[in-house]
Amino acid sequence: MLDQSPPASLLDIRGVCRSFSKGSGEDLLVLEKVDLTIKAGEIVGLLGRSGSGKSTLLRIIAGLIAPSSGDAKCRGETIKGPPHGVAMVFQSFALFPWLTVLQNVELGLEALGVESSVRRKRALAAIDLIGLDGFESAYPKELSGGMRQRVGFARALVVHPDLLLMDEPFSALDVLTAETLRTDLIDLWIEGRLPIKSVLMVTHNIEEAVLMCDRILVFSSNPGRVAAEIKVDLPHPRNRLDPTFRQLVDSIYARMTRRAEARSPSIEGIQGTGVGMVLNHVSSNVLSGLIETLAAPPYHGRADLPVLAGSLQLEADEIFHLGESLQLLRFAQLSEGDLVLTDAGTRFAHLETDARKRLFAEHLINYVPVMGLIRRVLDERPSHTAPAARFRNELEDYMSEDQADETLQAIVSWARYAELFAYDEQAEMFSLENPH
Amino acid sequence: MTLQDMLSPRLGQALRPNIWDVVALVLVIGAMVLIVYGGEQTTLPLSALDATPVTLDPANLPSYALRTTMRMLLAIVCSIIFTFIYAALAAKNRRAELVLIPLLDILQSVPILGFLTFTVVFFLNLFPGSVFGAELACVFAIFTSQAWNMTFSMYQSLRSVPKDLEEASQSFHLSGWQRFWRLDVPFAMPGLIWNTMMSMSGGWFFVVASEAITVGNTTVTLPGIGSYVALAIQQQNLPAIFYALITMLLVIVAYDQLLFRPVVAWADKFRFEQTASATAPTSWMLDLFRRTRALRALTLPFSALNKIISNLQISLPGSLRPPAAKAGPPSRVVDAIWLAIVLASTGYAAWRAYAYLSVTLGLSDIVSAIGDGFITLARVIVLIALATLIWVPVGVWIGLRPKLAERIQPLAQFLAAFPANLAFPVFVVLIVRYGLSANIWLSPLMILGTQWYILFNVIAGASAFPSDLREAAGSFHLKGWRWWIKVILPGIFPYYITGAITASGGSWNASIVAEVASWGTTHLTASGLGAYIAEATEAGDFPKVVLGIAIMCILVTLFNRLLWRPLYAFGERRLRLG
Repeated sequence: MLDQSPPASLLDIRGVCRSFSKGSGEDLLVLEKVDLTIKAGEIVGLLGRSGSGKSTLLRIIAGLIAPSSGDAKCRGETIKGPPHGVAMVFQSFALFPWLTVLQNVELGLEALGVESSVRRKRALAAIDLIGLDGFESAYPKELSGGMRQRVGFARALVVHPDLLLMDEPFSALDVLTAETLRTDLIDLWIEGRLPIKSVLMVTHNIEEAVLMCDRILVFSSNPGRVAAEIKVDLPHPRNRLDPTFRQLVDSIYARMTRRAEARSPSIEGIQGTGVGMVLNHVSSNVLSGLIETLAAPPYHGRADLPVLAGSLQLEADEIFHLGESLQLLRFAQLSEGDLVLTDAGTRFAHLETDARKRLFAEHLINYVPVMGLIRRVLDERPSHTAPAARFRNELEDYMSEDQADETLQAIVSWARYAELFAYDEQAEMFSLENPH
Repeated sequence: MTLQDMLSPRLGQALRPNIWDVVALVLVIGAMVLIVYGGEQTTLPLSALDATPVTLDPANLPSYALRTTMRMLLAIVCSIIFTFIYAALAAKNRRAELVLIPLLDILQSVPILGFLTFTVVFFLNLFPGSVFGAELACVFAIFTSQAWNMTFSMYQSLRSVPKDLEEASQSFHLSGWQRFWRLDVPFAMPGLIWNTMMSMSGGWFFVVASEAITVGNTTVTLPGIGSYVALAIQQQNLPAIFYALITMLLVIVAYDQLLFRPVVAWADKFRFEQTASATAPTSWMLDLFRRTRALRALTLPFSALNKIISNLQISLPGSLRPPAAKAGPPSRVVDAIWLAIVLASTGYAAWRAYAYLSVTLGLSDIVSAIGDGFITLARVIVLIALATLIWVPVGVWIGLRPKLAERIQPLAQFLAAFPANLAFPVFVVLIVRYGLSANIWLSPLMILGTQWYILFNVIAGASAFPSDLREAAGSFHLKGWRWWIKVILPGIFPYYITGAITASGGSWNASIVAEVASWGTTHLTASGLGAYIAEATEAGDFPKVVLGIAIMCILVTLFNRLLWRPLYAFGERRLRLG
């Protein structure tokens, strides 16, 4: 195999796995046997839910973390530390606030020991290319988000990397700014003016991936693996309203929700089963708001996810989160890119506050195992109290400390809404007693 | 911001003293014993300084002030260098961190003038017969008053460098050295500068106290404002004391205007925030330097030097490099060896300390020292309570009036910087004249200089109190004590605690000079641990000094851990607004 493949491939990832140690000392697998090859002249997108390991893969390629097993090669050399010829653009921009735009852009060259006159020339050229002329002496805090990310791009481009890595580069920007920046970048790319050979970008925005990439790798979660590879053959510049474009977006939405049904009883996107289920902290207000929206016209109990996300101005990732929480509580069902209200969901929408709380409580006990467990423990103990640490320890047998935090938060907030049990934040105790 | 950093308990770390604190305490005391032991072998009287005696001629004051200021500057430079090295080592090396951080915590609670007792002898012997040794001892005393909180602040900053910037510097191939100067130091800068300012404020007190000191039969009188005042006390010259007060006032104002304001205004760019803030600090001095071509030329060599230093392609030894792409847990064997080394040196230190102290000290000494400790503890508590009763209402009243607060705030900060010990004689004269009880009336001196920390922190808290909450309280007709308890006191609590911690630490330190005072030949003594240490120092009774300091160390550490830190953690968790 190896001798046949031309050395032209920029990046070769073979069977890469990565695990992190969990609270209990065991390992949590976040990336399982990923293969990826990138050749010159393509934009490749890694699309997936948060927690699907796509950012982890990007960091392995950037040499910031090491794979637990498998082989990661950049330009034929095994990646040990940040490889030369690779530059990265960060979601949070990662600009040095105490350096001016010019100094930020020059930083990468300085580290390489480029002579100062050459450095200045190249930095100014990159600033010019990315449309930052006139901002050279500004500090990042004086710039808008869009301009800051342009600095991020200029800083990465100035080192003339073969491979440009982008970690959700537009997700911290508002809709308009993000769109301008995307099209500017694509224009430069198709005009061949970017001093790079290929781009690898991480995103959770389905439309963004279809708009920019030649190839999309869809990641599934828990553990992260490549679930599908989709080629996008539409010519640039692409039109979001083009029916082929829409079709592609819809099919990816459907693909990302379809697996939800296939793998029950474990729920896609919600990691773990039984007590070890990782819960996302979604406010009960948002859940009831969504149920009401779904029940009312124009949806009448069934909504197309892209349409719903668009009208509620939510990212695909957020709408998935909400949909999955509803699915977990059996108030709605995800199917073929649609969110469909169940009978219980419809009933919930038409109930009064107290009745809603009772229904919510009933579903919590029946369908969220950890809730049932806590309630049982509280019922059994003579004092009707139990320290949160007791359940945290149990959770940490299944998940990382961060996930346990998030899960505990979800438990507390849902239990409070449903009036299942109370929580004293100062003493960190669960109890059956609500203040009178 | 940084006192908060320094005190906020790290996640999962118990507030109560742990084994590492004990290790650190023993190591510190052991080191003192070794220094004293080495020093005692070759004690010799110092005559060199008598050649240029200090005089009370006011014409000499400018040059004395200059000498005092130079000592301050030298100490601050040492502190900064120490901070960079110690904090970097503690932040980047896990094993070093285990020992260095508790050690720092203990060093912080050692009374500064206690250090002086040992170091004077040590430095004098290092440079026999030369003034240099005495100067070094004085500089070292100031250093010990400044370095610890600066180091803590830097350490906390280094530990909290944003992950994305860390990744960016790695991915753009910055070497460890470049990263330190381009990322770590700038990120730590605002906290470091704020703590340096606080250290400076505290430092004036100690520079004045350490210029004229008697340890056993060695008397050191370094030319400076402190010695001038000491001589004035000896000669009962009240006008001279006023001259000194005025000189000090001018020095501190000049220091603030010429050095610190420019630095603070300059360092504003290092503040880690993504949006421009409304009011940036300003300094006419900095503007002068930025706008005047000739003056700007003066700074060019510095920026060039800075560039060269930060771009040096030095690769730091492995332990200092960020753990790039390293997987797998650190070696248990090396951990065990390291632990064994630390425990062995602790054991050795404990044995040496015991051997040294047990020769001359019995159980009764320990009991009496502890008794004195509790007397001083009671004093500190009462004084903090009194200062709270007075300054919290005043601070709230001022803080809720923005115009007034703007004018009073710098004054309160200035008063905190002013070395209160210069004003002690004025009080002593009154006590002597009216025959007041030293045990009671010397006590206020302990808090004379440190009460301002409570005032300016409360002002800051009240100024920052959100106006919508005030309006809400008003619209619900909350008045009187209910308003105090439900609205404003919880609102200023985190700020008050920050001030009270600083004030209480300062009072412990001040007790060594405040519990004994003299005017001419009249000596006033209040019983307490401060007086115990001061008297033992004067008598050159090193075992007693070590004992006194150890007890003060333990009391201060326990006081901090059992009272202040839980209160602080509570304030941060529950009462921090916004």
